Amino acid sequence: MKKAFRPAFAATIPVLCGYLFIGFAFGVMLRDAGFAPPWAFFASLTIYAGSGQYLLVSLLAAKASLFTVAVMTLLLNCRHIFYGLSFLETFHQMGRRKWYMIFSLTDETYSLLCSLQTPAGIDPAAMRFWIALLDHSYWIAGSVIGAVIGGVLPFNSTGIDFAMTALFTVIFVEQWKSTKCHIPAFLGLGAAALSLLLLGPDNFILPAMLAICVMLAALRSRFSGEVAK
Amino acid sequence: MTFTRTLAMIAVAAICTFATRLAPFLLFNGKKPIPPIIRYLGETLPPAVIALLVVYCVKNVSWSAAPHGLPELLCIAVTALLHVWKRNNLLSIGVGTVLYMFLVQTVFL
Repeated sequence: MKKAFRPAFAATIPVLCGYLFIGFAFGVMLRDAGFAPPWAFFASLTIYAGSGQYLLVSLLAAKASLFTVAVMTLLLNCRHIFYGLSFLETFHQMGRRKWYMIFSLTDETYSLLCSLQTPAGIDPAAMRFWIALLDHSYWIAGSVIGAVIGGVLPFNSTGIDFAMTALFTVIFVEQWKSTKCHIPAFLGLGAAALSLLLLGPDNFILPAMLAICVMLAALRSRFSGEVAK
Repeated sequence: MTFTRTLAMIAVAAICTFATRLAPFLLFNGKKPIPPIIRYLGETLPPAVIALLVVYCVKNVSWSAAPHGLPELLCIAVTALLHVWKRNNLLSIGVGTVLYMFLVQTVFL
């Protein structure tokens, strides 16, 4: 378990940069909405979803009903349902840690786990667990720091959240190199771009996700042999 | 707003978020074999979803107004090409991010 910490930490550094910043931004937003720092800690500890918590700030500020909170959160996080599909067997093999792995399967942890290469002599389950735990702690730290120190920063951090975009780009390249069949990648890019164009930034994720699933399912017989790992 | 109300709203958000993450594991609990179509989706979805997430990251870029998403597209291209070339995660992400910060802070104001 201990040996897996170092490689896990190295793998999570991009998420560290990204989470500290977007967590920080969440903390600042929550503070501006009039909520004390312990709320940032509590929300990041229990919810642990970037876009979901940004949404929560606006719901809190608007004193939305609990029903609205439930519906909006479910809709926004629907994509998580598809993430679990890639780890059904992997997580089931992890004993009790499985529950924490499921809880902490964010976009970023998902993408790191998708591209995970365990060094020789390291227990893959331990490394996965460390990655999940470290990412969660970065997120909590970022949001609490943001809620405590607010908008005062010693340097101009504008644009640092691009670390997240860069991380996804790198993983995209990794996946591109690891498979010969690039149809899923093109499909994802095309469906997302088209959906964004048609539906705008607030509503495009779920239709794009559904379109991707339907198209992949339709193409299954055509290239299920090619993508088999 | 009352303490209890805030607590309840955060709890509801937490429960609903966890529910979306838990759903696939409850549907396919490891005791019975996973249907081939689900296994297939589990294998082919990641590249498509990662592509979707890259698009998600640039969703709030205004393409019609200057600089037309140029810093974003440029830095994504630099990150990708650097990664194809050197295949070093930290290098690709570090250079891409620093370049982006430089561009949005000094060039494309």
